[in-house]
Parts: sequence; C-alpha cells; structure tokens
Amino acid sequence: MSALLEVTGVTKRYPGVVANDNVSLTVNAGEVVALLGENGAGKSTLLKAVFGLIKPDSGEIKIGGTPIVFGDTAGVISRGVGMVHQHFQLVPVMTVAENLILGDEPKRGIFINKKAAYDEIIALSKRYGLEVDPDAVIEDLPVGMQQRVEILKALRKDVKLLILDEPTAVLTPQEIDELLVVIRNLAKSGVGIVLITHKLHEVMAVADRVVVLRGGKLVGTTSPKETDEAGLAQMMVGRSVVLQVNRTEAKRGGVVLEVKALEVRDDRKILSVKGVDLQLHKGEILGVAGVEGNGQRELVEAICGMRHREAGSVLINGVATKDMHPHAVHEAGISHIPEDREKHGLVSNYTIADNLVLNQFDQAPFAKGWIRDLNEIAKNAIATVEKFDIRTPSAFNTAGSLSGGNKQKVVVARELSEELPVLVAAQPTRGVDVGSIEFIHNQLISARDKGAAVLLVSAELDEILSLSDRIAVMSDGKIVAIVDSKDADRNYIGRLMAGLDK
Amino acid sequence: MSQTKVAPKEVGKPAKNFDVGSWLVPVIAVLVAMSLAAILMRLQGSNPLTAYKSLFTTAFGSAAGIGATLGKSTPLVLSGLAVAVGLRAGLFNIGAQGQLLSGALAAAWAGVTFEGLPGYIHIPIALIVGAFFGSIVAGISGFLKAYRGVHEVITTIMLNSIVMGIADYLASHQLREPDQFLTRTSEIQASAKMPVYAHLPLGFFIAVALAGAIWWILGRTTSGFRIETVGRNRHAAWYAGISVKRTVISAMLISGAIAGLGGAVETLGITYRYAPAFNLGLGFDGITIALLGRVHPLGIIPGAILIGGMRAGAANMQFDSGVAPELVDLLMALILLLVTAPLITRFFKNSSNKSMTSGWGS
Ligand SMILES: Nc1ncnc2c1ncn2[C@@H]1O[C@H](COP(=O)(O)OP(=O)(O)OP(=O)(O)O)[C@@H](O)[C@H]1O
Ligand SMILES: [Mg+2]
Repeated sequence: MSALLEVTGVTKRYPGVVANDNVSLTVNAGEVVALLGENGAGKSTLLKAVFGLIKPDSGEIKIGGTPIVFGDTAGVISRGVGMVHQHFQLVPVMTVAENLILGDEPKRGIFINKKAAYDEIIALSKRYGLEVDPDAVIEDLPVGMQQRVEILKALRKDVKLLILDEPTAVLTPQEIDELLVVIRNLAKSGVGIVLITHKLHEVMAVADRVVVLRGGKLVGTTSPKETDEAGLAQMMVGRSVVLQVNRTEAKRGGVVLEVKALEVRDDRKILSVKGVDLQLHKGEILGVAGVEGNGQRELVEAICGMRHREAGSVLINGVATKDMHPHAVHEAGISHIPEDREKHGLVSNYTIADNLVLNQFDQAPFAKGWIRDLNEIAKNAIATVEKFDIRTPSAFNTAGSLSGGNKQKVVVARELSEELPVLVAAQPTRGVDVGSIEFIHNQLISARDKGAAVLLVSAELDEILSLSDRIAVMSDGKIVAIVDSKDADRNYIGRLMAGLDK
Repeated sequence: MSQTKVAPKEVGKPAKNFDVGSWLVPVIAVLVAMSLAAILMRLQGSNPLTAYKSLFTTAFGSAAGIGATLGKSTPLVLSGLAVAVGLRAGLFNIGAQGQLLSGALAAAWAGVTFEGLPGYIHIPIALIVGAFFGSIVAGISGFLKAYRGVHEVITTIMLNSIVMGIADYLASHQLREPDQFLTRTSEIQASAKMPVYAHLPLGFFIAVALAGAIWWILGRTTSGFRIETVGRNRHAAWYAGISVKRTVISAMLISGAIAGLGGAVETLGITYRYAPAFNLGLGFDGITIALLGRVHPLGIIPGAILIGGMRAGAANMQFDSGVAPELVDLLMALILLLVTAPLITRFFKNSSNKSMTSGWGS
C-alpha cells in the first residue's frame, strides 16, 4: 500500500529566499506527523503546496499514490484533504453557520436548508467538543473562537488527510487538550494528520513522528520516544535553547500604572470587566492569569484606550489617561503589544520598515516636522531586523510576506524598542518559535530591569508563572487574587482561575 | 535563508508605499480594448487601421494636435487624481463629477464677476474658488462617512444629482447670460482665461505639478502616511494614533478640491463659460483614468493623455474613416471593464478583508 501523502524533492523559491529546499516527507494513514521549525523555516509553505494553494518550483506531491496537479486546490480537497490555515480563511461578515456550510450547503430545492445546516453544525460541534454559536458573525468573534470555526470547517467533510497549521496558537489550554484528543481519535480511525505547532509539549503528547525543517531544508526526523523537548528545540534552532527563564529578584519601585474601579463591556455589550483595581509598579512584571473570556482582553484594551471604559479610570503616574484614544494613551507612556496582530498590529502591505515605526511615524527621529525621514526609518529597520532576528531577505519587503511568527516579532520589536514607562504585552509570544520565545522573554525581563512596569497577559500559564513577579488572577471579570510569584504554584493558580478558591 | 542583510542600494529609499505591481494590466487592457473595438469597426464596414491612424495623428501628430490633446487631458488628469486620492484613503469617490461641476460653475462665476483684475491674480482666484466648492461638496460625503457611517459611494452619487440640479438651476437663473436664449453663463473676463504657450496650455502644467505634489505628499509626509494607513488598515491606523475620522474627511476635502480644480481648469482654459452638459462625463472618466493609472498619482498622467488624445482626435477620425466619435466612449467602457476586474478585487481585499479577517498569517 502506498503512503497517504508522499512529498518528494519539493522546492519553492520566493525572491531572495528558498522557502522549501528539496523537501521530502511521507505521511501514512493513521499517523500524526508533527512538522517543526523556526519561524520562517518553510512549514506553512510546504503544506500550502500540498493543499494546492501555491505552486512549488519543482518536486512531486502524491496523495494516495497519485500525483496532484500543483495549484489545484479543488482537486486536492476532492481527494479527502482538509486544511486549517494559519491565516484564517473565513468570510468576516458572514455568520459561523454560513461559513461552515459555505461551498457545500445542505439544500432543499434551490434553497439552503437552514434547519439541516443548524442540526449538522450542532452535531459536529458536539462530536468534537468544540462549541460555537452558529449565529455569531465572524468578525465579532475573538481569534480563538474563529480558530474553532476553522477547525470544524476542516472536519466537516470526511477527511483522509488533515493538515493543521498552528491550530493551537490561539486556543485556550482546555481547548488544546480537547483538540489533541480529537486528533488522536481521528488518527485511530485512520486519518493521517500533519500538525504544525511551536508548543513542544503538544508534540510530545500527540505526535507519532516529528519532522524538522530549518532554513527550508529538512534537517531531521525523530519521534517523542527518542527525544525530549530540549532535544526538539535543539534540532529546530541548531543550538541549545534555555526553556527555563532566568529571572532575578525584581527591584520594585513606586506605582506607575493605576487602574481604579474599571468597568468594561465586551463586543456583545455584556459587562465583562466588573470593577477592577490594579496597581502596577515600576520594575515589576505583573502577570494576569485567567481562563480566556474572563475579561482579560477587555481589560487590556480598556487600559490601552482601545475600548470604552464604562466606569473607572486608568492613571499613569497619577494622571488620568483618555478613554478611547490609543494615541493619547501611548503618548502618556504605554506601549502595547496587541493581541490581534493582523488587525491592529500590522499594515500588511506596508514595508517592514514602515510597520516598525507605525505608532511613531510622526515623531522624531522618524519625521522632521511634516516630512518623514526615510533614512532614519531605514536605519531603524535594518538595526531592528538584525536585533530581533526577523527572518526576511530585506527590511523593505512587505510585512505580509513574512511568516506568521516573524510578523509577531515585528510587532514585539516595535513596542519594546520604544522603552516607555509601561508595557502592556498581550500574548506576546503567540506563534513564535522556541528560540524567539527565549529572546522575547529575555527582552521583557530586561525591560523590567531597566525600570519598565510590565503588564503581561497570556493564555500560557507557564509563561505567566515563569515571567511574573506578581500574578493577578482574573475570573468572571474580577481580580480574584493577587499572588506573589514565590507563593504561586500551578495548581493553586489553576483553582483560582476556575473560580473555585476565593 | 536567514538573510537579515539589506542591499546597500535600498538604504535611504525605503518605504515604497505604492504597489508598483504589474503595470502590464493597464497596457494590456488598452491593447485588448482597441482590438475589440477594431473588430466592431470591421463588422460595421469601416477600416479600423484608417480610423486609429487618423485618431492618433490628429491627437499626437502636430504641435497644435498635441496642444489640443493636452488641453483635453488637463481636467482628466485632475479628475483622475481626485479619484486616486480617495482610493488611497480607502474611499470610493464616485462623486468627482458633481465636485467637478461645482468647481466649473464656481470658476465661471469668479471669472465673470471679478472685474479689473490682472490675469495673474484673477486666474488663481478663480481656480481657488473652483477648488473650494469642489471641496465643500466632497467634504459633505466625508463628514457623513466619518460621523454617520454613511457609505461614500451612496452619498457621492446622490450629491452628483443634487449638484447637477443646483448648477443647472443657477446657470439658467441667477448666473445666466443676460438676454440670451441659451442656458449658460456669460463668457469669463479675458483676464480669467488661462494662457496657452506655443500650443501648450498652462492648465496642463498645473495639473501635472499637482500630481507630482500629491505623489510626494503621499510618499514622504506624515499626512500622506495617515491617508495611506487609513486606506490600508483602518484598525491599525486607529491603534497607531491616526484619527480615522479626520483623515477620511481631509482625504475627501483634498479629493473634492482637485476635482473642483479640474472643473475650474476646464472653464478657464477651454469652455470659457459654464453651460449645462458641457462637462458631462469628465468626472466619471476620472474613475477609469485612476484605475488605468493603477491609483498612482503619476500613473494617471499617461492614462489621461491617452484618453484626452482620443477625445481630441475623435472628430477628425469620423471625417477620415466614417467611424463615429462615440468610438472613444466605447473604448473607455471596454478599458474600464478590463482594468477594473483585477483592481477592484484587490481594492476591496486591501481595504476590508485584510483588516477584518484575523489570523496568524504567513
Ligand atoms: N508570499 C510570499 N512572498 C515572499 N516571501 C514569502 C511569501 N510567503 C512566505 N515567504 C517566505 O518564505 C519563508 C517561509 O515562510 P513560511 O510561512 O513557510 O514559514 P513558517 O515555517 O510557516 O513560519 P512560522 O512558524 O513563522 O509560521 C519565509 O522566509 C517567508 O518570508
Ligand atoms: Mg507558518
């Protein structure tokens, strides 16, 4: 019997980069293959070629023993391949239900059978434990929820080969656990699965085989039985990575950011931050832990002036900041790494250079009066690309041509290089490879050591635990406890997050 | 693969904010449109080669011809530029026509009313008055978009009709030429007529200089960066501290001023008065020209010259080959069709999709 997927000698070049360099890979039925590699290693490119989204320059791809026609997505889908994309392929103005049935609608006569569609969606989401609201409009949903819709969409048709490009980057830990179970069950029933992720524990938990790309080349194959997380990291990056954060005692100063009795509504106008008081000191990292959807997102957006404050105030050094005015808040001294980098963080058809000065474009040295100083912008870009190891042939390529993790690095680099008194970092390492996580973590610590007050929000409890000096646990829109990191253990925090211990 | 090095030649000229993309699309669109039109001429029994030859020798074959072509091109450059500025900010200004009409009428009024001024004062005043009124008309749409969320396509189309009604009314009542059977304004003072130097109309150079200025402003200034950013991703613009409302309004004001200037230049340089239906279609041609020039402030200049040349040569073509001058309109329609299909999709993708779907893209 031939392998389910057989990739032989695939090469794909972009101007200045060989994204895939003579890569070969096989996936058998019932097997979970994890595809690992640094940001920009060529993982998405390879799987997009398999799915027929891009045409490789050379090589061959066979599904079930028969070669595919490069670029023929419809043909690939008809042969039982499903893909969850790193960049969502949903129609933003349509509902969840409409997106899910799009392209293959249940019909009654010439009309769409709404009832059947709903029943099918409910059954589907029950079956895989991925709950969705069929009537919600995609663009109103947080990215995690959109991701669930993407996954359900891929699972709706009976697939033989399922390609998952960083499906877990935006899911909550619980959702991830459920997804991993779904993946195992699918594999048991004979589906072949290719999974891209930067979270090595997921790889250890679910993969049968691990394939590592570096610089577009396949550099090795291994399995969770033969190695551990550190070994995987070493294979990816080509050097040993310190997965543990080295953190000295914080030198806490006075209060810089003060949040008083803050109340905020979410997109559905429901009160989701219910009177939060918070004091952030100079020279500390305060982590906000919580199960996604307990108001952390709204809290961050309200602090940064991006969401209306129903009640309460946000003060920097005792001075109240403006509501709904991100620029004024930025001027007052807050840098913000936004959660949704595609929507807020980047202008994807601007150059990397322009994106790196996006919120300072009218300030010295990047503008002299009315005129933008292109030389300064260029100098800054070249230095930052170098320092943050943003993988690109040129700092003047568009941000849209970057790989997912490198886009994140652009946003992080921009916000960290300003050195403002307060840094609000929402999911700062989402989609970033282990080597770069290490780097970003060190940068956050060094910002703290230079005296910045850092507010860190992350869905990764481990990230919160390893970086924070104090941990604020948020549950149901309130801060239920503030724990010193010395007294914080995973279990205790987890119980607080679930709202059990009060 | 991990090249972080940058070729030295790129230093100092970064921030290429324009999609220099493929200029092949407009060139091919024009060639295909001309071939299709040639087939139609053939079917109609005319000789397309004679027709095209006559068209282009009239337009470009002599100094006088080139002068006429540039004269016709002038308002087209400006209306194309007006539409392009709007598109840069993510706004589809379909109302260049109305803005242009109000500019044309206002300039006629200024040209008739102010007496005893020297040309170097009278002309600028009349041009500014035209630009001002064009700007006001577009500003209404900008304001409604920013503060009421009304789509600019709807308001600009509606304002087209309203402005046309008002302009025609004024031209047949308050501003009508006294004791005249025709509905039109009086001829402007000699001091308001724009000079022509050795066949070359002054207005054309103003238009080209303005296109150059807009290009520079969009690419090199903070105001331009605001407009570009709002056009590409308004969420990111807001996050970056750019007032989306203010930018939308100023982009519409600028766009309308340019269109109004286009009307003024037409009045002061060619028609010397305002009469209803004189300028019909110039504003709509601006849409075709903006897209033909790939929404690039300098790219619209060749587009405008091409269309202006066809308009200038059309009458002679009929004389030489019997092909009706409406051929030019047919060509314009075909070009618009061929050039928009790919561009429109890209425009909507950039202005809405890009910013609304979120993901971890690569
Ligand atoms: N459309 C494009 N134009 C130019 N270069 C591209 C394009 N798409 C990808 N690349 C380049 O190809 C390389 C591989 O990108 P790819 O998206 O496959 O990386 P990846 O392994 O998926 O990274 P990540 O983990 O960050 O998602 C990168 O250097 C990227 O800049
Ligand atoms: Mg990727």
